[in-house]
Amino acid sequence: MTSEHPCQCAQVSEEELYPRLEEMIEQHKGKPTELIMALHKAQNLFGYLPKKAQEIISERLNVPISTVCGVISFYSFFSTVPKGRHSIKVCLGTACYVRGGQQTLEKVEKELNTKVGGTTDDRRFSVDVVRCIGACGLAPAMLVDNDVYGRVKSTKIMEILNKYE
Amino acid sequence: MIKATINNIEVEVKEGTTILEAAKKAGFKIPTLCYHPDLKPKGSCGICVVEVEGFPSMKRACMTELVNGWNVHTNTAAVRAVRKELLELILANHEMDCPTCIKNNRCELQSLAATLGITTLKYKQSFEKKNLDNSSMSIVRNPNKCILCERCIQVCEEIQTVNALALSKRGSETIITDAFDEGLGNSVCVNCGQCTVFCPVGALYEKSDIDKVWEAINDPEKHVVVQEAPAIRAMLGEEFDMEPGSLVAGKMHAALRRMGFDAVFDTNFTADLTILEEGTEIVGRIKNNGKLPVITSCSPGWIKFMETFYPHLSEYVSTAKSPQQMFGALSKTYYAEIKGIPPEKIVSVSIMPCTAKKFESKRPEMKDSGFQDVDFVLTTREIARMLKEAGIDLKDMPDEPADDPMGQYTGAATIFGATGGVMEAALRSAYFLVTGKELEDVDIVAVRGMDGVKEAEIDVEGLKLKVAVAHGLGNARKILDKVTRQLEKEGRSEYHAIEIMACPGGCVGGGGQPWGSDMAMRARRGETLYKEDKSLPYRRSHENPSIKLVYEKYLEKPNSEKAHHLLHTHYYKRNKIDGKVVQE
Amino acid sequence: MNIVRNHILISIDAGTLMAGARAVEDALIKELTKYGLDKEVSVLETGSLGITGRGVVLVVYPEGIYYADVTIKDVPELVEEHLLKGRPLKRLILTEAPKRTIITKEKTGLLKEQPRIVLKNCGFINPENIDEYIAAGGYEAIAKALQTMTPEDVVNEVKESGLLGRGGAGFPTGLKWEFAIKTPGDEKFVICNADEGEPGTFKDRLILEGDPHKLLEGMLIAGYAIRATTGFVYIRGEYSLSIERIEKAISDARSYGLLGKNILESNFSFDIFVKKGAGAYVCGEETALIESLEGKRGHPRNKPPFPINAGLWGKPTLVNNVETLANVPEIIRNGAAWYKGYGTEKCSGTKVYTILGHVATPGLIETEMGTTLKDIIFEYGGGIREGKAFKGALIGGAAGAFIGPEMLDVKMDFINLREYAAALGSGAILVMNEDTDMVDMLKSVLHFFKHESCGHCAPCRLGTAKLVDIIDEIAALKGKKEDLERMVEITQAMKNASFCPLGQSVSLPVSSALKYFRDEFMARVS
Repeated sequence: MTSEHPCQCAQVSEEELYPRLEEMIEQHKGKPTELIMALHKAQNLFGYLPKKAQEIISERLNVPISTVCGVISFYSFFSTVPKGRHSIKVCLGTACYVRGGQQTLEKVEKELNTKVGGTTDDRRFSVDVVRCIGACGLAPAMLVDNDVYGRVKSTKIMEILNKYE
Repeated sequence: MIKATINNIEVEVKEGTTILEAAKKAGFKIPTLCYHPDLKPKGSCGICVVEVEGFPSMKRACMTELVNGWNVHTNTAAVRAVRKELLELILANHEMDCPTCIKNNRCELQSLAATLGITTLKYKQSFEKKNLDNSSMSIVRNPNKCILCERCIQVCEEIQTVNALALSKRGSETIITDAFDEGLGNSVCVNCGQCTVFCPVGALYEKSDIDKVWEAINDPEKHVVVQEAPAIRAMLGEEFDMEPGSLVAGKMHAALRRMGFDAVFDTNFTADLTILEEGTEIVGRIKNNGKLPVITSCSPGWIKFMETFYPHLSEYVSTAKSPQQMFGALSKTYYAEIKGIPPEKIVSVSIMPCTAKKFESKRPEMKDSGFQDVDFVLTTREIARMLKEAGIDLKDMPDEPADDPMGQYTGAATIFGATGGVMEAALRSAYFLVTGKELEDVDIVAVRGMDGVKEAEIDVEGLKLKVAVAHGLGNARKILDKVTRQLEKEGRSEYHAIEIMACPGGCVGGGGQPWGSDMAMRARRGETLYKEDKSLPYRRSHENPSIKLVYEKYLEKPNSEKAHHLLHTHYYKRNKIDGKVVQE
Repeated sequence: MNIVRNHILISIDAGTLMAGARAVEDALIKELTKYGLDKEVSVLETGSLGITGRGVVLVVYPEGIYYADVTIKDVPELVEEHLLKGRPLKRLILTEAPKRTIITKEKTGLLKEQPRIVLKNCGFINPENIDEYIAAGGYEAIAKALQTMTPEDVVNEVKESGLLGRGGAGFPTGLKWEFAIKTPGDEKFVICNADEGEPGTFKDRLILEGDPHKLLEGMLIAGYAIRATTGFVYIRGEYSLSIERIEKAISDARSYGLLGKNILESNFSFDIFVKKGAGAYVCGEETALIESLEGKRGHPRNKPPFPINAGLWGKPTLVNNVETLANVPEIIRNGAAWYKGYGTEKCSGTKVYTILGHVATPGLIETEMGTTLKDIIFEYGGGIREGKAFKGALIGGAAGAFIGPEMLDVKMDFINLREYAAALGSGAILVMNEDTDMVDMLKSVLHFFKHESCGHCAPCRLGTAKLVDIIDEIAALKGKKEDLERMVEITQAMKNASFCPLGQSVSLPVSSALKYFRDEFMARVS
């Protein structure tokens, strides 16, 4: 599976990543239609879309900054706030909802003491809601980073989360 | 041709006619909300839905082309029910403080509610109250009133290509805002105010200086002088239910005098002065192999746009200040001196069809008189509100001239208010400055009219002057990109001079014009100015006796050191993210 | 030379991966090696076996025995018992696997099982191996088309087959292709809509994961038929395994000369690129998808012009759904007449569904068009779990319809479903037992719409939000009887005045829920 999150093995500061961003988006230079692809790459790199990265993308792709921000805020995949090292996405699609997705969410929020859209104080987890991840057969489902957890029981949640440092 | 029926009335229309247009022909006015005749229909509100026989759901009249054989019904019970339901939903999400709203009586949502017969509300108000955006010097944004019709975005993005405003987030959280939702004052907004003209409700409007101007007028210690831009005389009448395009120069002077201004001057005076300063600069650059083309500098929206998006062209832009700022500087120097009034007691007010002028007056460098050259800028809409408050009806006013020594003007000055006018005025005087002779036919029609980009070539005794005119910043981009390419490739451009006005139609289409305007009205106001031009005794700026006097008594000659100090300026580079000056 | 005695096909899909399929696979190989069985027993990866929520699933051939919930702890016992001693390990055997065949009712009333069409290879071949696809007859159809058919012939064949678009309300695919071929243009595009976002379905994901080459072949044929040069697969960003597999498939196809210039030495050149979606349900609407492909917010465009005339970058663009395109290679290979042998007179072929909820065997199935909902739930899905009674089903996901027991005999095809036809495409069938709270169900659906409305048009943006306000009140026992009428009024306005199908379709779940379960709603309001 491809990693959606920056490598955590070495602590690289955000500043050091900008030259890499420039490199990665070189091929999209002057191509406004490739905005979403460039944003995907930037988010992979930083884990979120820092303001400066948005500005660089706006400038390099020749897309007005307001358009860049409009696109980012439209798609639920993109985030402009720093995320935790691990992202938890609780599915509230119809199938999951019926099978207790809401309770799963409540339990996660309670255990981590953070709300939907928030990040724990130690930047370990971010909690978000998704509307169907196509894992309805496993309802209620939850994603931690790229790992899908199905048939999530409230009692098992901490057991799952403890696997992530 | 397309044959169809609308409410059982047969219509025959050209292919490509929308149901909305066809219905009008058949005698039916379909209610609309987001639709505006000058913009491509976006269909965001859904109010204009109609039934077409054979289709399971309704169609938007504004953006559906009539098809041969269709039977359209615009006023069935089902149609009325859908429209009302939609309006109810919109009203539940709109801050309804109508009596105290700036748009009271001028609001398109309010009048739609009346049209559709909404007398009680089905849903209680349910929206999350957001903060007012007061960050801009020119424009206030009230997101609580925004109905997301997207007109402002369309004009900002498609017509002006500024892209200050955009949609953000999605679904019920959708808002219209600047890039980082940090306020228009912290964005690339050039303050042109076209969004305020197109906004159907009270979500976008000028930042008002009405209270401060009243305060100054009421202060016996202050000497309050006022100037009115060329375009005001062609549009102020509309605010008093006069025919669009009524010329109200004389009534305007009389009204302002009765309102309590201590001296009523005219921006047209400094428009003539601008021509002498800018004309001399153009001639000088042509003679001395200077930077060409010279690009006009009167439109402050354009200036900020240039500083942000075309800073590499800043050396080409005329250093002459805009007429408003020339007036401001002179009102606190020349006028103060000859009248013997201490300049700190003078309050200089301008009345402009423009919101960017508010920003321009507050630019830090605009203090060459030693004081803030222009203290307050009022839009056409603001002055109309003040006159109404003062109980003055423009219609009832006599015609009066403006005061000396800054009130006399020529036909060349008055056409400043229409696209192409500055160029035409400049050519009339440039001809004289180059040849010492007068241009016989002063009507240079090639630069008039509403075409987005206009070009002309004038033979100045063998010297072929190539000029271009663009209005609306999207059109400006076309000519500027061309010039940029030419400069890059050939090191020179084919043009000697270019006029750029930020607003479509020029100042008669400014961001401070009366609400409810469309392109046709802008064009009519322009024609009014050309008519006044024809009627005036002097039609060339250099013929203006008051201009001769100001040089004689005070400024010496065009582009003199004193003139440079008071009447010329310089430009900055701004960044494309927040429009702030980039320190170099 | 080795004679392979047993094949173990292990399901590698998003669901089984999370259950540790790779670890089980490694353990299997290790264990087999320990007994020296590694030459005799071949462990193969395959796409989804169509079984969901049962952990690691694998099937042992030639016996065809399914094991579910296999963990690494079970591996030694499994190898020892089944593969060494030849005794199937009973405790792990999956007895109620969903049908992996198409059940046909003969005129005599007898049931006959036939091979599947769309899912033919899913769970049989290794989706990451192009050779296996080719060995299963893959890329024969494009070869046939290129060598023996003109583009017009291909269009006619598809038209003849009666294939209806599986994405939405069943527009005839051949007709769409015919429009596309007739639209002049030097550059045309084929877009595969793989932005499967309807809650309760993931059939496209399993096709992409299980048989990616079939989709590529379908797109190639479409590209040849309409004389397009480039194809795009617009795929949900969340489908990382699908993206990985389709990208591998594209790269393998390129290296085999099946994509790129002069395919199979013909004059036809075509390439395919993957574009990742970024999380917006509305991008499943074809014009919103195109906007998104152009790098913009996914706001639907006004129609006309239709994409077929002015789509991506204003060029003629054919947008087809994954399942539709996956039908195409079989149609070209076997002919329209063969295809028409499946399904009903007006709706030929098969339909892929995901049956979920309170059924005994949730999973992925393929049935003939016109199969009754009853058969789908009871024959394929094994009936209601734990012996409970059937209460209703939500067919088609959020933009779908609630139905009650009286609808069980309805034939599932685009004709018989009538006003619910739009719900068929997504193939989502969520089955609910007697304990299900229908108010809560509708609440979940309406929250989904509120979250996914693009915000462009007032009817949908404001309507979805108001519906949520109302249903929340009802669910909290604070609703009034008039609120039910309010909901109908709002959805009527949305149906008529929403800009795109997203808003228009909200009336479907609301009106159907109120139609079949009105009493339950009435009991909640005062």
